[in-house]
Amino acid sequence: MGRKLDPTKKEKRGPGRKARKQKGAETELARFLPAVSDENSKRLSSRARKRAAKRRLGSAEVRKTNKSPEAKPLPGKLPKGIFAGAVQTAGKKGPQSLFNAAQGKKRPAPSSDEEEEEEDSGEDDVVNQGDLWGSEDDADMVDDYGADSNSEDEEEGEEAGVQWLDLGSLQPSPSGFKQFSCLSFLSSWDLQLLPIERAARKQKVREAAAGVQWSEEETEDEEEEVTPESGPSKEEEADGGLQINVDEEPFVLPPAGEMEQDILAPDLQRVHKRIQDIVGILRDFGAQREEGRSRSEYLNRLKKDLATYYSYGDFLLGKLMDLFPLSELVEFLEANEVPRPVTLRTNTLKTRRRDLAQALINRGVNLDPLGKWSKTGLVVYDSSVPIGATPEYLAGHYMLQGASSMLPVMALAPQEHERILDMCCAPGGKTSYMAQLMKNTGVILANDANAERLKSVVGNLHRLGVTNTVISHYDGRQFPKVVGGFDRVLLDAPCSGTGVISKDPAVKTNKDEKDILRCAHLQKELLLSAIDSVNATSKTGGYLVYCTCSIMVEENEWVVDYALKKRNVRLVPTGLDFGQEGFTRFRERRFHPSLRSARRFYPHTHNMDGFFIAKFKKFSNSIPQSETGDSETATPTNVDLPQVIPKSENSSQPAKKAKGAAKTKQQLQKQQHPKKASFQKPNGTSKGADSELSTVPSVRKTQASSRFQDSSQPAGKAEGIRESEVTGKLKQRSPKLQSSKKVAFLKQNAPPKGTDTETLAVLSPAKTQATLKPKDHHHPLGRAKGVEKQQLPEQPFKKAAFQKQNDTPKGFQPPTVSPISSSRPPPAKRKKSQSRGNGQLLLS
Amino acid sequence: MRPLTEEETRVMFEKIAKYIGENLQLLVDQPDGTYCFHLHNDRVYYVSEKIMKLAANISGDKLVSLGSCFGKVTKTHKFWLHVTALDYLAPYAKYKVWIKPGAEQSFLCGNHVLKCGLGRTTENTSQYQSVVVYSMADIPLHFGVAAKSTQDCRFQVWWHMAVVLVTWEAEAGEWLEPGKQRLQ
Repeated sequence: MGRKLDPTKKEKRGPGRKARKQKGAETELARFLPAVSDENSKRLSSRARKRAAKRRLGSAEVRKTNKSPEAKPLPGKLPKGIFAGAVQTAGKKGPQSLFNAAQGKKRPAPSSDEEEEEEDSGEDDVVNQGDLWGSEDDADMVDDYGADSNSEDEEEGEEAGVQWLDLGSLQPSPSGFKQFSCLSFLSSWDLQLLPIERAARKQKVREAAAGVQWSEEETEDEEEEVTPESGPSKEEEADGGLQINVDEEPFVLPPAGEMEQDILAPDLQRVHKRIQDIVGILRDFGAQREEGRSRSEYLNRLKKDLATYYSYGDFLLGKLMDLFPLSELVEFLEANEVPRPVTLRTNTLKTRRRDLAQALINRGVNLDPLGKWSKTGLVVYDSSVPIGATPEYLAGHYMLQGASSMLPVMALAPQEHERILDMCCAPGGKTSYMAQLMKNTGVILANDANAERLKSVVGNLHRLGVTNTVISHYDGRQFPKVVGGFDRVLLDAPCSGTGVISKDPAVKTNKDEKDILRCAHLQKELLLSAIDSVNATSKTGGYLVYCTCSIMVEENEWVVDYALKKRNVRLVPTGLDFGQEGFTRFRERRFHPSLRSARRFYPHTHNMDGFFIAKFKKFSNSIPQSETGDSETATPTNVDLPQVIPKSENSSQPAKKAKGAAKTKQQLQKQQHPKKASFQKPNGTSKGADSELSTVPSVRKTQASSRFQDSSQPAGKAEGIRESEVTGKLKQRSPKLQSSKKVAFLKQNAPPKGTDTETLAVLSPAKTQATLKPKDHHHPLGRAKGVEKQQLPEQPFKKAAFQKQNDTPKGFQPPTVSPISSSRPPPAKRKKSQSRGNGQLLLS
Repeated sequence: MRPLTEEETRVMFEKIAKYIGENLQLLVDQPDGTYCFHLHNDRVYYVSEKIMKLAANISGDKLVSLGSCFGKVTKTHKFWLHVTALDYLAPYAKYKVWIKPGAEQSFLCGNHVLKCGLGRTTENTSQYQSVVVYSMADIPLHFGVAAKSTQDCRFQVWWHMAVVLVTWEAEAGEWLEPGKQRLQ
């Protein structure tokens, strides 16, 4: 990190300061600058000061108006309007990072610098924090250590900003500077890469990240305000950039032959330069492009170059290009090249952060509080002792844990005396954090499917003195069967790890579409099991947090969206005041609008591992029955798990199949809502299904078979069967959950294996209903999948036709009240959910 | 998972009593709910009733650990105390030894504590008395056995390099690879 201009030269107190800080640039700067009267005034006597003040009255006033209001406030009494929420981060980072840039720094040293900025901005908004993390800090844990140093730092940041503005007014500054001082960096999408511009871009990105809480209107307003001002200077700058470029010679795409040669022996320097050039051109494509070249040519070139330079596989890079705008993409890739800072979490069961920090500092560890959002986190800059083997570590006073791993637990906000399930717990970091938030009360069931990794869980939990846990070794998908009725569930699903590339660079190349979809499939299963394990009627809870360390949409929004359709859950705000919103639309996919309340974290914006966090609230224990389940063969959300699939004729003709499904759906709708059916068709829903399907034809699977295998037998009874299913097929879907009663009923009615739907359809309506399911439930093992698949789309037809005959328009609900209906939502609700399911079926 | 047998209970309490003496009564009668000792995979776990109930749902082969582990019963029916019991026993410990910061690391890595590393001890510690070892900051570190009595330490200054404490029954390094030790 560069040296900082700190005119007040405040001596830092608190841990880690002396070792880290070096003398600021102000020592030299004093030689160049005319003495600023503010500083001198301290040495004057009070009278002299008054006189001086009188003399300078006029000019002082002018200056004051120049200063933006945010420049002055003291840490303790920050006006809320300015420092509310994350805006404060952005607002404060502004001057600071600009300031860095002004010193000619190209790129902030990724780990420490950003951390520091984070902590600089980590002004404790005491009230706010108290509210937010009230669950976390008890009275004795109030951590003045963090607060003190934070506010000090903050002050420094402020003053640096002020000083800079002052300098701006004293010295003639280049146009670029002026531009920044009037906050117009929002629109600085200009080309060529003056360092200051780069800083501006970074600034913008960061702002975007921090600006979660800016309402959109606000941002827009600001942009509108700003653009006219910045217009001219922007142009100037663009001119300047062009000039420079013209001097050098404009960039031309190299011919194909050269590209080939490049692949064999890439010259990284040149590749890097080319990346920059292309990104620059793409940003202002109309003006800068070479005649006759299309955007896609540039993009292809860029993709190849990026793959070469950062050594990514084509697949992952393509995904990332979809995910990020270009400039952000480069930053993301850069961020993946450097490790995240080492962070640790205080174990409040055994010690306090203040004490721990003191103890570690005495051992020669250089650390600081993590950020204003964490009461227990510490970030380690460097250490003279192995941080994982200090006596404090061995005595369980802290846990090494990434910053992003603390967030899901904060989102979950476990309360004391609750029953909590951690479905995939290894290596126990989040589990122990939960236990510490619960103060070792209640029960935590820590589960993981991997026995090897469970050893580290045991070690960690024992070391940290966590005593309220039961550690088990189940496949998470079996969960509601084993134990259910938890107040809260944390599902940290296994994922492709695209958010932690800096930890495991192998991800760059060894993932492909299959892997992602396989993960997504598993995640969907786990998520449904997790949801079913939550007790919606819990007085304190009923919450579930789903998180992954992946940034792929397939593993995150898609999975969450799927769960929203399948279960009685809704998304609620995570309670984290930073992070980017989840996507509600991504390329051709549209997700539920409430996905806005999910949070994404990126390495380049938050300097923590890439992470996705969504918090659900379960509002009903009943499980929406999907009568349309049969036709769900066509749902792309069910399209997964490529490896197990024997390629049947069905899967080779996706379009046809989809049509069939669409048709089915229309029929069904005619039955239910004769008018609606005709209305929905022109909406293009069926089209949507087709196009969606065509995007994933190679991997589309009939999920139906697996889905039906999975049964909702009562826990005790079904154990054996289930397990064999799981091991045998690996395709267990989470249960379609009927009540155990119902299952028992179904079981009794279960026809022998080979029974056909047709024969069943002749039975009484109630039985039809029932038998459709038993069939699904009980034949999975012996039966050929292909046959089943072929039959599946037909079922609704038959069902529908049958009902037509019987003149039962609400055919899906058996008129007789069998044990089935007891476990179902009331008709109106069911209908709703059903139609919803239909719509999504084709839309998604 | 099953409750302890008579025999197992006896050997365990005998061992624990070496450290906390008559305070054993306090350990068993916790104010917040009922606690019980259960045996699972030869390990003795100390758990509250509430946690027991949840754990009862989990089949034996899938259960890895519950509550806090106190120690293990060997095949020859001896009881080995595990370091995880430290948090429960330390508050009731009758004989304590504090060691100097310099000796901490070495002690935690499995070495004995020498005279020079000894901070202070409880009065009247006899030879071969089981003790709880603390750091000077009062962090309980481990179990140990006093190789010399307090008297010896005090008067025999000449005896400089001799061993004062022994880490508990060759469980040295348990802190460093705790998972392995406690699961195997």
